[in-house]
Amino acid sequence: MPDTQQDGYMTADGRRIGPVVMEMRNITLRFGGVVAIKDISFDIREGEIRAIIGPNGAGKSSMLNVISGFYKPQEGEVIYKGARRPPMKPYQVARDGIARTFQNIALFEGMTVLDNVMTGRLNHMRSGLLGQAFWWAGAQKEEVANREVAEKVIDFLEIQNIRKTPVSRLPYGLKKRVELARALAAEPKILLLDEPMAGMNVEEKEDMCRFILDVNDEFGTTIALIEHDMGVVMDLSDRVVVMDYGKKIGDGTPDEVRANQEVIDAYLGVAHD
Amino acid sequence: MAPTSGDGGACASIPALLDRNATRFGSRPAYREKEFGIWQTWSWAEAKEEIEAFALGLLGLGVEKGDFIAIIGSNRPHLYWVFPAAQMIGAIPVPVYQDSAAEEMAYVLDHCGARFVVAEDQEQVDKVIEVQDRLHQFEHMVYLDPRGMRKYDHGKLHEYAKVQEEGRAARAGRQAELDARKAAIRWEDVCVMLYTSGTTGKPKGVVLSNRNVIETSRNSCDFDKLGPGEDVVAYLPMAWVGDFIFSIGQAAWSGFCVNCPESEETLLTDLREIGPTYFFGPPRVFESQLTQVMIRMEDAGRLKKWLFHRYMAHARKVGGRILDGKPVGAWDRFQYWLGDLLVYAPLKNTLGLSRVRVGYTAGEAIGPEIFDFYRSLRINLKQLYGQTEASVFITQQPDGEVRSDTVGVASPGVELKIGETGEVYYRSPGVFEYYYKNEESTASTKDPEGWVATGDAGFIEEETGHLRIIDRAKDVGKMADGTLFAPKYVENKLKFYPNILEAVVFGNGRSECTAFINIDLNAVGNWAERNNIAYSSYQELAGHPKVMETVQSHVEEVNASLAEDEMLSGCQVHRFVILHKELDADDGEITRTRKVRRRTVEEKYHDIIAALYDGSDKVSTRTEVTYEDGRKGYISATLEIRDAKTVPVAAPKPVAAE
Repeated sequence: MPDTQQDGYMTADGRRIGPVVMEMRNITLRFGGVVAIKDISFDIREGEIRAIIGPNGAGKSSMLNVISGFYKPQEGEVIYKGARRPPMKPYQVARDGIARTFQNIALFEGMTVLDNVMTGRLNHMRSGLLGQAFWWAGAQKEEVANREVAEKVIDFLEIQNIRKTPVSRLPYGLKKRVELARALAAEPKILLLDEPMAGMNVEEKEDMCRFILDVNDEFGTTIALIEHDMGVVMDLSDRVVVMDYGKKIGDGTPDEVRANQEVIDAYLGVAHD
Repeated sequence: MAPTSGDGGACASIPALLDRNATRFGSRPAYREKEFGIWQTWSWAEAKEEIEAFALGLLGLGVEKGDFIAIIGSNRPHLYWVFPAAQMIGAIPVPVYQDSAAEEMAYVLDHCGARFVVAEDQEQVDKVIEVQDRLHQFEHMVYLDPRGMRKYDHGKLHEYAKVQEEGRAARAGRQAELDARKAAIRWEDVCVMLYTSGTTGKPKGVVLSNRNVIETSRNSCDFDKLGPGEDVVAYLPMAWVGDFIFSIGQAAWSGFCVNCPESEETLLTDLREIGPTYFFGPPRVFESQLTQVMIRMEDAGRLKKWLFHRYMAHARKVGGRILDGKPVGAWDRFQYWLGDLLVYAPLKNTLGLSRVRVGYTAGEAIGPEIFDFYRSLRINLKQLYGQTEASVFITQQPDGEVRSDTVGVASPGVELKIGETGEVYYRSPGVFEYYYKNEESTASTKDPEGWVATGDAGFIEEETGHLRIIDRAKDVGKMADGTLFAPKYVENKLKFYPNILEAVVFGNGRSECTAFINIDLNAVGNWAERNNIAYSSYQELAGHPKVMETVQSHVEEVNASLAEDEMLSGCQVHRFVILHKELDADDGEITRTRKVRRRTVEEKYHDIIAALYDGSDKVSTRTEVTYEDGRKGYISATLEIRDAKTVPVAAPKPVAAE
């Protein structure tokens, strides 16, 4: 696809989409003999909501793990902030401004919501073990500043009433929201959401959609998400990548993707009539 | 109490009281709000600065004397500040119920012709924008929370903080105008306009003057000796007269602190953190608190359960007497002290009521068991009887004279009389000026001598001077055989059972009474959980045979107690049905303050009522429901109708001729 909008553009609803912030170039990922991702290229623009969809086993989560630095592709490269990204450990990627949520919730179950959200701030904390233990001036100031960010996120996602509740006591939908809160507390440039709506009821899905849109709108966070619910994907995203058996079969706006015959076949199966 | 002073002197308006408080109480807390997990505090001096900044900003937007400024949102200090800010530049604040649908809002905003609206957040802004084409006088809207507002057209929209900023910047040029307008406020000027929720017809705009509000605040503060040290938690709708008098009138008069919770869901935590000394709640709040406690005690360990029940029994015996200062034996006092150590104090702390010195409940009758529960913990809960038209206070219970079946003696400055039909009339300095743009209603409610009809039937007990309310005057009727029919009285008796959330009793002009029942999903749901009864919906639970049985036993108990009452023994409920849906304000079946709209219910469920009276044991029905977002749907159900045992009464006395 020729890139005619080098420096970005305005969407119909008045959001500013910036230039490309991350680019996947010919990524191939193998596990032994199994090819999970085969020669895939696509880009993510600043401020957009980019969805990756595909049937089960298409390689979506693997793709997300490549972006987050958890998997190292055998071939291809990831261009981030204009340069080729060297192989990195996940914590380095996190420091570099990428945060994520997980398909199967990965929170600290015994800790309160607030403490979980505060763990999202770890990358922004500098004071050492001793400082923290003795609550020296520096550590104290740092904690106050970080708590403020955490509280703003809690306010934003409307989870004030469960601030002091241990995560294990929360229903599934709320846990998902807490995970989002933790990711947001890291103040990421790019937010990766792995099936944020999985297992939710209609009301929870609507809430989550609103929060995702609000995050994008309010903080200008770039969001890459994997999702099964087609309605959600088509409503939320600016552009969609469609994967099937590790290959890219479509890429474009929701309307373009919806009209793509290959995508229809992959999703609905080929019609027999 | 002190007679009406001619002009209110130096305290003739809320802005004047604000000036006084900023000087007298300068650094004492005036407002607190929990935000970002911390209680943020504004002293009286700081509050005054914020309020003036907003007033100056409003001048910049072109607010004229006599303009109406609508206020829509939940309890936030910034929204409370709009009241004095509007008043000090001669405008009239009009708080609007924030949970009203856009349609209801359109009626109110159009009726008062508000030129300005101050809205809390995007949700409220959207509602106003939806109906703005119909609001001819509407010009500018200020919003408090900027979240999600970036993309809106800001031609008519302004952010609250920016308005204040602009006001501060322009202070030099506008201060003279502000001072002049402030100096022009008079005692008889309009202070506020409040819309009554109205069980019938459209809401009416009740106009209260400075005199109404300030005299009432002064009298009621004196009555309970409220001082600058009090803390209140403001959580009831700002559009409701009670909140206006408590959180604005009384707070300004005595200089106490108004605390705003973080959100509706965090109320209980916030209540606990603040520990209010002066607390107000409709019976519903106390009911649900008690239900919560009972539910949690059911799940507690055996020792705790035993302790709780043992000491609560003792508290019921002597707690109320200790509170009223009546003689109690030394051994009982010792046991109460022990109970306080082990049960009462921790329980009160959990409820956030440890520090309550004066608590009020009003709006509806409160169940005697619930009332006694709180009293027995030495929480000074009292009843008051009031109306928007009276600036709240008509009667209230003095300390030491508290009973669950009366609403107290006439408040200071209030005169009472009972009309020929049994209707209660009152006259007081708090009596409203008029209904806005509704002379007809004004004339029919308030006579030339200033007596106002309450619309409630009641009588004054001769020996104590306490007022007892029986029912809404227009709902009181007669059965076919001429005995008195007082539906509310029976409904309240039914609602005192935790399992029953709402009841509607029919029988006017008929030979026997019947009832609709709504179960309380919290209480019944918890019971179902403990007894392994599976249910997937309200409807299914409501129709469960065991639930029917429980409710039937409640109805029969009520019948037995009614049979003992000479006047009301004819109101025993012969047949009842448990409704398949909760009565809902969105469907117009109850008001926003949760009072049943009898006519609407009668019309909507006429088929079920017919079945109650034709002897059938089942009825199939289809009901329209409105969802929160305004969409409509239908639910169908087949409801079982049950007969309840009644106690035969020898010869019910007919009501004395009027």
